[in-house]
Amino acid sequence: MANELRVPTMAEFFASGTMPEVLFWVGCAGSFDDRAKKITKAFVKILNKANVSFAVLGTEESCTGDPAKRAGNEFLFQMQAVTNIEVLNGYEIKKIVTACPHCFNTIKNEYPGLGGTYEVVHHTQFLKQLLTEGRISMEGGMFKGKRITFHDPCYLGRANDVYEAPRDLIRKLDAELVEMKSCKQRGLCCGAGGAQMFKEPEKGDKDINIERTEQALDAKPEIIAAGCPFCNTMMTDGVKNKEKEDSIAVMDIAELIATAEDL
Amino acid sequence: MQYLPNILFVILLLVGIGFFVKNISKLKRNIFLGKDVSVSDNKAQRWTNMAKIALGQTKMVVRPIAGALHVIVYVGFVIINIEVLEIILDGIFGTHRLFSVLGPVYDVLIASFEVLALLVIIAVIAFWARRNLIRLKRFIKPEMEGWPKQDGNLILYIELVLMVLFLTMNAADYQLQQMGAVHYVKAGAYPIGSIIAPLFENISMSTLIVVERTAWWLHIAGILFFLNYLYYSKHLHILLAFPNTYYGRLMPKGQFKNLRSVTDEVRMMMDPDADPYAEPAEDAAVPDKFGASDVQDLSWVQLLNAYTCTECGRCTDECPASQTGKKLSPRKIMMDTRDRLEEVGNIMDKNNGEFKDDGKQLLNDYITPEELWACTTCNACVEACPVSIDPLSIIMDMRQYLVMEQSAAPTDLNNMMGNIENNGAPWPFNQMDRLNWSKES
Repeated sequence: MANELRVPTMAEFFASGTMPEVLFWVGCAGSFDDRAKKITKAFVKILNKANVSFAVLGTEESCTGDPAKRAGNEFLFQMQAVTNIEVLNGYEIKKIVTACPHCFNTIKNEYPGLGGTYEVVHHTQFLKQLLTEGRISMEGGMFKGKRITFHDPCYLGRANDVYEAPRDLIRKLDAELVEMKSCKQRGLCCGAGGAQMFKEPEKGDKDINIERTEQALDAKPEIIAAGCPFCNTMMTDGVKNKEKEDSIAVMDIAELIATAEDL
Repeated sequence: MQYLPNILFVILLLVGIGFFVKNISKLKRNIFLGKDVSVSDNKAQRWTNMAKIALGQTKMVVRPIAGALHVIVYVGFVIINIEVLEIILDGIFGTHRLFSVLGPVYDVLIASFEVLALLVIIAVIAFWARRNLIRLKRFIKPEMEGWPKQDGNLILYIELVLMVLFLTMNAADYQLQQMGAVHYVKAGAYPIGSIIAPLFENISMSTLIVVERTAWWLHIAGILFFLNYLYYSKHLHILLAFPNTYYGRLMPKGQFKNLRSVTDEVRMMMDPDADPYAEPAEDAAVPDKFGASDVQDLSWVQLLNAYTCTECGRCTDECPASQTGKKLSPRKIMMDTRDRLEEVGNIMDKNNGEFKDDGKQLLNDYITPEELWACTTCNACVEACPVSIDPLSIIMDMRQYLVMEQSAAPTDLNNMMGNIENNGAPWPFNQMDRLNWSKES
């Protein structure tokens, strides 16, 4: 890699008495999961290229508590939330961007009631904004005319009514955006939400990610775009299960843009 | 004896309405067995939601065929009720077609009732076919066996019979008007009645009067019967859809409520000045039970949701767990909640309004943990509901009970939660390694 990633921490900003424009909440998947780390890096590359002043919490970041809350452990959730809020408020954070819709939803909707109120945006919204402000440019060259379908993450779409930002970005790549049978408000879950990511599914006749992958394959895409590290894993597994990994890539929107920009 | 029909009618009306009022008060009592929740906020938004979703049927038409058929029956039901008002007044005062004084307006009214009645008959037959001939998948799930299936068909039969009686009454009336029968003043326009009327051509006037009167009486008696059938049926939605959409959730769907009781405990734990050995205050309230294991643990809005559910199954149809053959069906969650609530209500009726523990509860006896753990919390069921029911909130409350009161989470989830507790991530990675990705190439 020619350029090393520049990933300043909040502690460094604080030490120099300055504030970044935005805090990048990396999340557990983005920090630890091998596939999701690539998304994190792609997003950072774009931020670096656009000279966005951002910071991460690094070792001061901890799970938002989302999987604990959806599993029914409100106690553990609130312990996590209150601890994180203390850190965030300590740094007087105003704006947060994250590439994980679960972190996005939890911090945006469930933290305010516990004393943590911030402007929270999903990375696709943030990228769209950078684009509108002319801070990044997108030449769709290598994706021109490619059939790309977008899988709506439940916690971005239905949960928070964000449907257009990721789609606008795909269109900007001059790609052919194709929709699945169930999309937007009626998008089918990948099967990972509600803490399902961390357990075996209940007995049934099919796994949910397989059902969703079949819907995606029906749209005959060359790329399945995702906006959530968990959806990404589920769809990647689904594509492998269908032995289509050589012809169909599962990519995050940030990865699409970073690739298009040759970052 | 001249006033006998009037007296009989008033008695019928009073009994019908009286019985209905009694059932409604029972319904209200049962709903308010639920916990209090504050829903007095955002009145303007709530009225708008009710106008759009219940009155305007905006979510019904997401599925165009079922939506269009439903709009016909709905509009028919609402409009034809104007006629019911006339029938009631006629019944009480012994008049005939009291509103005919409206002249041409009356012609338009009667004509539109007739056209709507015919459309309702067509729609009802189509609905019946969808349930019994086409056998749409969502109508033949396990929870629909027995009474729910019968109930669905019975409603259609009653509606069919009511509309046929209405048109028969009009046709006979029209024919009597043509014959110049006393009491049957020429009033109204009968686009459908006049087509049926030739069937009555060879019938004597006196027989025809009997036909007309019989249809009239059976029609109004049928309506009063139907009114009282509601309480025992999924058809309650025709009334409850309105309050239910008013009290429906306004927060983003992803926002799950933060438990106040937990917040208090967490705050105390985080407070360095808190005395861990302090005795609880004398007047301290008994701490809330975490989550829900029975209907009384749910909020009254959730219980209202249960009574509002008309078992259309759109939720279950959209549910990813249900689509892939898991046991979970959001519709069943709502039906179970209502069934258990009815059971609790019946126990109270038998014990002078006092609930006696019957050794049963919503959890396990109705809803199994297997169903609860199959949910991905994706909100597809909430989005799909045409009357703003939130099955997910009940699933979540019951999960909270399983985890916080019974420590009964699946092992995998316990491991995940253990990881979060110990190292701040759902996987066993060290928090100190959280930034390692930035140095990896």
